Amino acid sequence: MKVYLSRRYTFAASHRLHSPAFSEAENLRVYGKCNNPYGHGHNYTIEVTLSGAVDPATGMVANLGDLDPFVQRHVLDAFDHRNLNEEVEAFRTKVPTTENLCIEIFNRLRDFPKAHLERVRVEETSKNSFEYSG
Amino acid sequence: MVTITRKIEFAASHLYHNPAFSAEENRRVFGKCNNPHGHGHNYTLEVTIAGEPDPRTGMVLDLTDLKDLLEREVMRRMDHRFLNHEVPELKGLIPTCENIAIVIWKLLQPTIPQGRLHRVRLYESPDLFADYYGEEASS
Repeated sequence: MKVYLSRRYTFAASHRLHSPAFSEAENLRVYGKCNNPYGHGHNYTIEVTLSGAVDPATGMVANLGDLDPFVQRHVLDAFDHRNLNEEVEAFRTKVPTTENLCIEIFNRLRDFPKAHLERVRVEETSKNSFEYSG
Repeated sequence: MVTITRKIEFAASHLYHNPAFSAEENRRVFGKCNNPHGHGHNYTLEVTIAGEPDPRTGMVLDLTDLKDLLEREVMRRMDHRFLNHEVPELKGLIPTCENIAIVIWKLLQPTIPQGRLHRVRLYESPDLFADYYGEEASS
């Protein structure tokens, strides 16, 4: 009996969308106000979905007592109140769009040992959301 | 195929305790959810029905029928109840979000008059929910 369990977390971070492959004019055209050289920030919400059978002893797909510290250690500690471009290794070479952020978070969580990581959803604002399932 | 989703809210209390575990194990595995006096949540349930709209009514399933069904099968059973002690379908199960979603699926599935039950989504809080698509989708 496969059940999906989803847990939501929030963090706040800043970023700047800028690609060294583009000229300054192109960067401005492609990324608009997100290209502001000083950067800007968001309150991000991430939704982590795990799947698996329900353990009859605990009634759970995964214990939040295991998931919460794992997400805290691998994602929230690294991203919360950080500048994504400057402080997250992956974004030294990749533009920190929410698409790339979603993939990065999925990769950081994919080795969660207690259940299968099904999907990561990232909401950049209440209007934009992105999903990656590996 | 079209899906329609109806949402209801109910309030209930529960606790997590496995009699096969020692008191210490129960506290370690279930943390504050093991408090013997129980604690409560406002649950939000989303029930999704899939099917083709009936050409005469334009509906997959009459929402009034679904509302009555949810009232009968879920609200009367679970709203303002202590889930461990007052819901026989949860006897022998730890009343986690996962298990309650499965129990609600089993209660609703045979009673849907039109269309088919596609998903049961149960929120324990805005930050935690379980989805169940039935046993067929699990295999």
